Amino acid sequence: MSDHHKETFITKYIFSQDHKMIAKQFLITGMIMAVLGMIMSAVFRVQLANPGESSILYTLLPGSWVNEMGALNPDKYLALVTMHGTILVFWVLTAGLSGTFANFLIPLQIGARDMASGFINMLSYWFFFIATIVLVSSIYVQGGPASGGWTIYPPLSALPQAIPGSGTGMTLWLVSITLFVVGSLLGGLNYIVTILNLRTKGMSMQRMPLTIWALLVTAILGVLSFPVLLSCGLLLIFDRSFGTSFYLSDIIVNGEMLHNMGGSPILFEHLFWFLGHPEVYIILLPALGIISEVISVNSRKPIFGYKAMVVSILVIGFLSFIVWGHHMFMTGMNPFLGSVFTFTTLLIAIPSAVKVFNYLATLWRANIRFTPAMLFAIAGVSAFITGGLTGLILGDSALDINVHDTYFVVGHFHIVMGLSAIYGMLAGVYHWFPKMYGRMMNKNLGYLHFWATFICAYGVFFPMHFLGLAGLPRRYYTNTAFPMFDGLSNINDIITFFALAGAIVQTLFLFNFFYSIFKGTKASQNPWKSNSLEWTTPVERIHGNWPGELPTVHRWAYDYSKPGAEDDFVLQTEPLKEGEEEH
Amino acid sequence: MTNILIALVVLLVIAALVQLTRVSELLAELKNEDVNEVTDSDNQTQGFLYLVVGMGFIVFVVWQMFEWNHLLLPEASSIHGAKIDVLMQFTMTMILVVFFILTPMLFYFAYRYRGNKKKTAYFFAHSNKLELIWTVIPTIVLTGVIIFGLKTWDETMNVDTSEAKIIEVYSEQFKWTARSSGEDNKLGNSNFKLVTAENAIGVDMQDQNSLDDKLLREVHLVVGEPVLLKFRSRDVIHSAFLPHFRVQMNCVPGLITQFAFTPTKTTKQMKQKEGEDFEYVLLCNKICGAAHYNMQMSFIVETQEEYDAWIASKKTLSEKLLTQK
Repeated sequence: MSDHHKETFITKYIFSQDHKMIAKQFLITGMIMAVLGMIMSAVFRVQLANPGESSILYTLLPGSWVNEMGALNPDKYLALVTMHGTILVFWVLTAGLSGTFANFLIPLQIGARDMASGFINMLSYWFFFIATIVLVSSIYVQGGPASGGWTIYPPLSALPQAIPGSGTGMTLWLVSITLFVVGSLLGGLNYIVTILNLRTKGMSMQRMPLTIWALLVTAILGVLSFPVLLSCGLLLIFDRSFGTSFYLSDIIVNGEMLHNMGGSPILFEHLFWFLGHPEVYIILLPALGIISEVISVNSRKPIFGYKAMVVSILVIGFLSFIVWGHHMFMTGMNPFLGSVFTFTTLLIAIPSAVKVFNYLATLWRANIRFTPAMLFAIAGVSAFITGGLTGLILGDSALDINVHDTYFVVGHFHIVMGLSAIYGMLAGVYHWFPKMYGRMMNKNLGYLHFWATFICAYGVFFPMHFLGLAGLPRRYYTNTAFPMFDGLSNINDIITFFALAGAIVQTLFLFNFFYSIFKGTKASQNPWKSNSLEWTTPVERIHGNWPGELPTVHRWAYDYSKPGAEDDFVLQTEPLKEGEEEH
Repeated sequence: MTNILIALVVLLVIAALVQLTRVSELLAELKNEDVNEVTDSDNQTQGFLYLVVGMGFIVFVVWQMFEWNHLLLPEASSIHGAKIDVLMQFTMTMILVVFFILTPMLFYFAYRYRGNKKKTAYFFAHSNKLELIWTVIPTIVLTGVIIFGLKTWDETMNVDTSEAKIIEVYSEQFKWTARSSGEDNKLGNSNFKLVTAENAIGVDMQDQNSLDDKLLREVHLVVGEPVLLKFRSRDVIHSAFLPHFRVQMNCVPGLITQFAFTPTKTTKQMKQKEGEDFEYVLLCNKICGAAHYNMQMSFIVETQEEYDAWIASKKTLSEKLLTQK
C-alpha cells in the first residue's frame, strides 16, 4: 500500500480508493445535496409566508409545479417537503456526515494506511453517487417526485391515484434508497472492520478518540437497521408493482375498489421506524463525536469523563433500537405497548444528560481558543440541550397526543437532530479542512458564517414550538383554511425571514470552502496543536497516510494542559515519561 | 419585489465582505502575518459575542413566551385533557428550568473561560463523584416524569367505555363523515365492498344495528357525557386530531381504531371565553394528499336538550337507504 504507484487523474480523483479522496467525494456530494435541500426549504417557506401567491423563487421549479396564477400547487408543496426531508436525513446527515468523517477520520485517527477494503469503500461511494443521480432525476418525471412525506407511509406512497408523486417519482425514490442502503452497508461494514482490526500498535480501544467510538457505534447501528429499511422498501415495491398486499387492505381510492386484503400499513410503520429511530442516532452520534473532539482540542483540556462518554454512546446506541414505537403512539397501538415505549424513550435522557454535563465540565476552567470549529461545536451542544429537552414532551405518550405531527415536532427534530448534526458537521469541516486540503479556511469568514447561521437557525426553529402548541399540524400547504390558526401568520413571516436569511448566508461558507481549497493560506502540519494521530501525517496527504512506519501510540488522545508536560498538548505518539500516569 | 431587492442587497453585502476578507488576507501576507491564527483578541471578541448573542437568544425565547402565549391552545375541554394539561405544565416547567440553567451556563462558560496565551487550562479528566451525581439526579427526576406520564397515559387510554355514546368517524381524501350509532348505541357492521354512491361509507344494511344509524356532516356531543369515537379510513392513513379535546388517533384503512373522552365545555361557553369565532374542529393530522391542509369537520358541544332536538332532525340510514328501494 505504501508504495507510490503512479496515479492517473481518474484513479486519483474519480475512481479513487484512497479513503481521504472518498471522504471528500462524500463531502462535496453531500454539500451539493444540502444546497438543493435548502433551496427546497426556502421555496416552501415562501409559500407558507405568502400562501397561494406567486414568487420569483418558483421559477426554479419545473413548470408544471406552478398553476396558471403562478402559485405553487398543493401536491408539489408536499413533494418539496418530502424531498427536503429525504435529502437532509439521508443524503446530507447520513452519507454527507458519516460518509465524510468515517472515511476521513477512521484510518487517520487509528493509524491505518487505509480502510480494510479500499475497493469496497470506493463502491460504497459509487452506489451512493448513483442513488443521488436517481433521486435528483425523480424531480423531473411526470407527476413529480415522491410526495408522501420522507416517511413514505403507504397506502399514500403505494397508490398513484392518491397523489401524483406516488407514480414514477415514488418508484425512483425506492430504487434510489435501495442503492443508498447498499452503499451505506458497504461503507458501514468497512468502518467496523477497519476500527476493530487495523488499529496501530498501542491504539487500544480505551485510547481511541471519541470520534472513532461514535463512528463505530454509528456504523453498527447502520448495519443492523438499514437492512430493515431495505426489506421494508422491497415489500412496498411488491405492493406497488406486483399486486401483493403486505401493507394494503380495504381500500377504495378515486372510486376504484382495490383487490388488496389483509395487509397492514402499521406493519410498514414498524419496519420503517425500526430503521427510522436508530437513524436519528446515526445522524447525531458522529456529530457528537466531532463536537467532543473539537471542544476538547480547543478547550485545551481533556474531554471530561471519557469513559462515561463512551458508555453513554453505547447506551444511546442500544436504547435507540427499543424506542421506535414512540413515532407510533397515535396508530392505535395497545396502550400498554405505548407505556413500554414511553419508558424506554425517556431513559435516553439519562445518557444524553451525562453527555451535556460532561461538555460543560470540559469547558469549565478551560483555556478556550475560538476557532470557527469551536464556535460551531459549542452551538451544537446548545442545540442538543434545547432540542433534547423538548424530546421529554414528545417521548411521553400522554403529552404526544396533542403535539404529535404538529410543528412542535418539526421544531424539536430540526433543533436536536438537524442543528446539532449540521453544527457538528460544519465544526468537522472547519476543523479538518487543513488536513483535507493542506490549506486553511478563512477564519474571519468562518466567524461571520457562524454568527449569522446561529442567529438565523434559532430564529427559524424556536418559534415552531409555539405553532405546534397552538395545534398547527405539519405538512399543511397553508394554515389559512382554519380560522383558529389566523393569528399564526405573524410567526410564519418571522420564520420565513430567518429561513431565507439563513440560506443566503451559507454562501459565505460555500465561498470560503471552495476559495480556500485553491487560495487558502498554507496549513502547517498540526495547526490546532492537537494530540490525535491524523496531525502526525505530512501536509501533502499521501496515499498510505504515513511515509515509512506507522506511528505507535502510547497514550490517549486527550492529554491537553497536562501538568508536567512542556507544551499544552502531548501527541499520542509521545511515550509516557517515567512515573507519568496514563489518564 | 421588495423581498428580492433585500435578498440582492444581502448578496451584495456578502460579496463585499468576501472581497474585504481577501484584501485582509493579502495585506497580512505582505506583513508576513498568519491571518488565520486565532489571537487573544479573537478569543476576547468571540467569547464576548457568545455572551451577548447567547443572552440575546434567551431574551428572544422569553419574548416569544410572552408575545405568543395568547396564541396557544386554550385549556383542555375534556376530562382527560385537563390531566394532560397538568402533566404538560409539570414537564414544561421542568424543561424550562433546566433550559434556563444550562443554556446561560454554556454561554457564560464560553465567555468566562475564553483563552489567552498566558493562561493554562485546568487538567481535570474525570471525577467519579461528579459523574455519579449527574447520572443519579437525572435518573431520579426522570423516574418521576415517567411515573407521572404513564399514570396520565393510563387514565387517558384505559377508560370505561361501557356508558359512552359511540360515534364513527370515517375519513377519505379529503373529507370526514360521521355516523351516529343511533338509539341502540350500536354501530351496524360495515365493509368497504358495500360502498356505493348512496351508501357512502359502506354500512351493512342487513345488520339490524345499522337501521337506526345516522350519517352526519358535523358531530354534536353532549357536555359531560362520555363518547367513544371509532375511526375508519377509505383510502390512505388520515389522523383525526381534535386539539381542543387533546384527542388524536390515526384512521387506518383495514383497521378500526378508537378514542374515548368526555367533553366538559360547550361550544357556547368557549365562544364566550375565546371569542365568537371559536369552533371545535376536527383536523387531519397525517399527510394524506394534496388537500390534506383543508380536511375539516366541526364538532359542537351542547346541552342534552339541544342535542336531542338536533339528532331528532336527522334521518336514519334505514329511512335514507331502504325506503328508496
